[in-house]
Amino acid sequence: MSESDQAVHGYGTALLEPPPYAIPSRKLTMWLFIISDAITFGALLFGYGYLRTASSDWPTPFKFNPSILNVMIMTVVLITSSLTMLGAVDSAKAGDKGKAGRFLWSTILLGIVFAGLHIREWFGLIDDGVRLFQNPWGSPLFGATFFSITGLHLLHVISGVVALGVIARGFAKGRFTAGHVETTGLYWHFVDLVWMFVVPLIYLLNLSR
Amino acid sequence: MSAAAKSGNVIAKYLSVYFVLLGIAGLEVFLAYQNFSTVTLLVILLVLAVSGAALAVMYFMHLMYERRSLFLSLIPAVIFVLLMMNMIWSDSFRLLHLRPFAH
Repeated sequence: MSESDQAVHGYGTALLEPPPYAIPSRKLTMWLFIISDAITFGALLFGYGYLRTASSDWPTPFKFNPSILNVMIMTVVLITSSLTMLGAVDSAKAGDKGKAGRFLWSTILLGIVFAGLHIREWFGLIDDGVRLFQNPWGSPLFGATFFSITGLHLLHVISGVVALGVIARGFAKGRFTAGHVETTGLYWHFVDLVWMFVVPLIYLLNLSR
Repeated sequence: MSAAAKSGNVIAKYLSVYFVLLGIAGLEVFLAYQNFSTVTLLVILLVLAVSGAALAVMYFMHLMYERRSLFLSLIPAVIFVLLMMNMIWSDSFRLLHLRPFAH
């Protein structure tokens, strides 16, 4: 029997190393991905800060109504989606497929609401004249940096929604385990975590007064 | 402790962290409208954001309940890399004032 067969089917486990950190490899892989993605977002936010600091006319376009109100609602939606994700993971581990499914679909719905609110905000800014390399207020790089950072985050949200949908269907059919739900949950919490940095650095430091 | 009681404790913990995170977000918005200087506001917002992130990582992502070696393998490296990125600021301020490179 080949070593790969042993790894897959668990025969001859005396030959196998214990999992590092006592977690399955899929969970460790997700953690490593999260670390690398955190550094990517960090680099983008630092780049944003660099350009903002180097510019004497950085736009501050975010009025309380509608921008900051919208951002506050988006934050509540995303943090609540993290809570429902926790409910899904706990229910999955407890073996309650029905409850886990409801929590997962709630998370998906909240993710879709977040994405919708975000796209609505983008259209608002585009209507105000913000483009990638021009805007009516100041430094032309504002649009590029804003749309890049928030766009990458939105891409993560949409990918997460798709992944959660796949996991929700697969878990209900018995193809995926609670471990898969937990691993996807880690990704979703990370998406929420990034938003907690995007809001103060991009929005709250650029309030329109 | 029964499974139901344990589950209740866990939910209470999650809800506590949830409301603290919402509170941090609200506090950030409130403080942003006080008349702090940009640097002061940046420091305050970063402290609050890092606190919220730490709570999310420890409790929502369950890193608190994993082995210490996992925490030590992941977190210090990220903090180090992010701190090292701070070397860009002197060039950023140079650009702002359009000072030529030092010879």
